[in-house]
Amino acid sequence: MSLDRIFNIAGSAMNAQTTRMNTTASNLANAGTVTGKENEAFRAKRTVFKTILEQQQKPHEQGFAGGVRIEKISDDPSPIRKMSEPGNPMADKDGYVYLANVNEMTEMVEMMAAARSYQNNVEVVNTTRQMLMRTIDIIKT
Amino acid sequence: MNLIDNALGVHAQALGLRSKRMEVLARNIANADTPHFKAKDIDFRTVLKQTREDALNSTHNLHMNMPMEESVLGEKYRMPFNASFDGNTVEMNVEQAKFGQVAADYQTTLNILENRVSGIRRALRGD
Repeated sequence: MSLDRIFNIAGSAMNAQTTRMNTTASNLANAGTVTGKENEAFRAKRTVFKTILEQQQKPHEQGFAGGVRIEKISDDPSPIRKMSEPGNPMADKDGYVYLANVNEMTEMVEMMAAARSYQNNVEVVNTTRQMLMRTIDIIKT
Repeated sequence: MNLIDNALGVHAQALGLRSKRMEVLARNIANADTPHFKAKDIDFRTVLKQTREDALNSTHNLHMNMPMEESVLGEKYRMPFNASFDGNTVEMNVEQAKFGQVAADYQTTLNILENRVSGIRRALRGD
């Protein structure tokens, strides 16, 4: 039956959006971190979504065809900024510290987008639940 | 059995199709942020026509055609109004509007079925 598959699809999407929200929270939390080496600096994380296809379902994704899974979490490629701060205990021998490449504005936008998408899926679940309940009510009439 | 089928008419199948369409739209909404995802929709008219033809083409009363729910015919890609940067063609407002519409359609079909069922019930009870 299609109606109960909708719950799985919307559920997987809500799950994916939660992960996206999670990475955003992690990015924002690490926005102020500095390190003494460029390759150790924190890089913003980005989630990459992928559709769960019927043919490529993993065993635990049975019945979730058409939903979303997180394919990978990749690093933001934008450059790391360095700042001259000789007094900082983390500074390298030239007096530079390396900042995380997190842009707070981008993260806020990302957070709002994730919240909106989550809401949309909640709405889908609500509507579907009502439909299902009304269908069951036919038996009672 | 035949009596009940006749009484319910095309609406029983229509209900299955409506729920199938709801699933397709839910899939679109779920994949609103998936790169390269192409939004789909079901053309009700095409599927209904196909089902009618199948019914007419059957050579025996007992030959049954495949249940509509499992078939993917009539599923078509949607043309987006504005192409998006990541190749995703889901437009959330359109999807939401369509989802609301198909929910209303589903309720309508459900109401008709409800009336039919209570009619049969009354006939069986005989009061």
